[in-house]
Amino acid sequence: MRVWKYGDDINTDMLFPGKYTYTCSTAEEIKPHLLEDLDADFAKQVQTGDVIFAGKNFGCGSSREQPALGLKAVGIQAVVAKSFSRIFYRASTNQGLLLIECPEAVDAFKDSDIVEIHAAKGEIKVGEQSFSFPKLPPEMMAIMDAGGLLPYTRVKLARGKRLEARG
Amino acid sequence: MGRTFAQKVLAKKSGQESVEIGQIVTVKPDHLLTHDNTAAIIGKIGPELEKYGVVRPDLNIIVLDHVIPAATEKNAAGHKTIREFVKKHKIQNFFDIGEGICHQIVYEKGFARPGMVIVGSDSHTCSYGAVGTFATGVDRTESASLILTGETWFKVPPTIKITLQGKLQKRVTAKDIILTIIGDISADGAGYKAVEFHGDIQNLTMDGRFTMTNMGIEMGAKIAVFPVDEITQQFFKSHNIIVQPEEIVWADSDAVYERELTYDLGQIEPVIAAPHTVDHVKSIAELADKTVHQCLLGTCTNGRLSDFQVAAEIIKNKKISSETRLLILPASRSIMQEAMKAGYINTLIEAGAVLLPPGCGPCLGAHQGALAPGERCLSTANRNFKGRMGCKEAEIYLASPATVAASALAGKIRDPRKEVA
Repeated sequence: MRVWKYGDDINTDMLFPGKYTYTCSTAEEIKPHLLEDLDADFAKQVQTGDVIFAGKNFGCGSSREQPALGLKAVGIQAVVAKSFSRIFYRASTNQGLLLIECPEAVDAFKDSDIVEIHAAKGEIKVGEQSFSFPKLPPEMMAIMDAGGLLPYTRVKLARGKRLEARG
Repeated sequence: MGRTFAQKVLAKKSGQESVEIGQIVTVKPDHLLTHDNTAAIIGKIGPELEKYGVVRPDLNIIVLDHVIPAATEKNAAGHKTIREFVKKHKIQNFFDIGEGICHQIVYEKGFARPGMVIVGSDSHTCSYGAVGTFATGVDRTESASLILTGETWFKVPPTIKITLQGKLQKRVTAKDIILTIIGDISADGAGYKAVEFHGDIQNLTMDGRFTMTNMGIEMGAKIAVFPVDEITQQFFKSHNIIVQPEEIVWADSDAVYERELTYDLGQIEPVIAAPHTVDHVKSIAELADKTVHQCLLGTCTNGRLSDFQVAAEIIKNKKISSETRLLILPASRSIMQEAMKAGYINTLIEAGAVLLPPGCGPCLGAHQGALAPGERCLSTANRNFKGRMGCKEAEIYLASPATVAASALAGKIRDPRKEVA
């Protein structure tokens, strides 16, 4: 497992350039361009289980969801940041991508540290140190547990919740 | 205890007497805006659309604006898919290429109304706070789910109250106010929060208010909102939008705020957001005489009539520098027509400007007016991220229409107060 470390205000253009927004929508189309203008090695070398550490306001900018969809698709285990932008946070939950807001863990991280994440316990280990992060509210947890918003919505529709929503 | 605008709208829309900060509520938005990305959104839910259809044909507002006319076969195929979806599902509110930028359409056609909740698959959906709408951006997946279910959730945000006092100097604009605020509170200074503007708002036009709410997201805000006043009512009247008094929602005078800021508008100076973040705000003096290779006047941030008016006043009977290019991009067809009638477009074209069709144009780097490595663009748009205009080795500076016009004449960054008409 590798940790990819980035700074503050990593915006959606750095995560996925705007010039591809209307030509790349599926995971396979998105993957080669992930973080293209930020770190050319990322798309080539990222592996399932890798973690991203970043500073404040990760994912700021556009509502484009390709970053969240792509990071989930390449198997990023979690993004750990000092804070996240609102739309990116929502988009990631909707993809079932785990985001951990934990400034202490980001500050503690040193290059050779082994990182372990226990999502259910709300715990992240960075080297010898251990940090806790708050659990998601139940409404968001239900979306994560379903594997993202669309699987969640499909179940809801199948249960006939739709009739209620029309009211 | 008084309630903020966000608390009052979310209480009303979730069918509760009152809601607390941090509470999660389920809401059925009045509208869902999507644009060229509609093709990708409906692509996620093909079988579900077949089985269940759309939840409400009047929920969607679809505007083709991001890459118009289509630049590639793939864009064209996306547009075609959207037109077919609109016909098949009898979507009531569809605007094909050339009508304008989605946010301007939602605003000028009267879809955005006071007290409504509107979500959109575009981060600048927050613009409609200019007319007292609770409006915010969501991703494509959430838009897909909304098309099927018509409902979503919100966490009730805390609110920052920004009080504006006094009046702007000549040639200093609302863009300078909002860039100054973002520079002060930073790109995440309003993260997850609502922003309410209070004070001497009678000194701000609707065009100016829209510029400010449009950039709410650039400080991380969930929503940014102005109260409805006489000027808003005049806007409604001139656009044949009938609003009942009971639709209007505003914060209680004793509402509780997380943070309060006050700005003296008379002290605001023309400013510029330097690369590569919107909160990297500098005075013009710090950047004066920097060469600009391309100037962009327009977009959803500053593509309205008064933006073309101020630029035309500055540029009239002059030529833009041969060292730069000026691209002009009205926010909608109707604005383009008004600006033509008023002679502004002709003034700018005579000076050497290139007129682009009403749409998002060069702002997002997908087509039209892309930059080359080493080039510098001075733009009235809302984002200056690295690579935003198609090239990561180019620089984007953000400024007001007055600053862009004055700088286009010189081919260098200039203070618009020094350009006497």
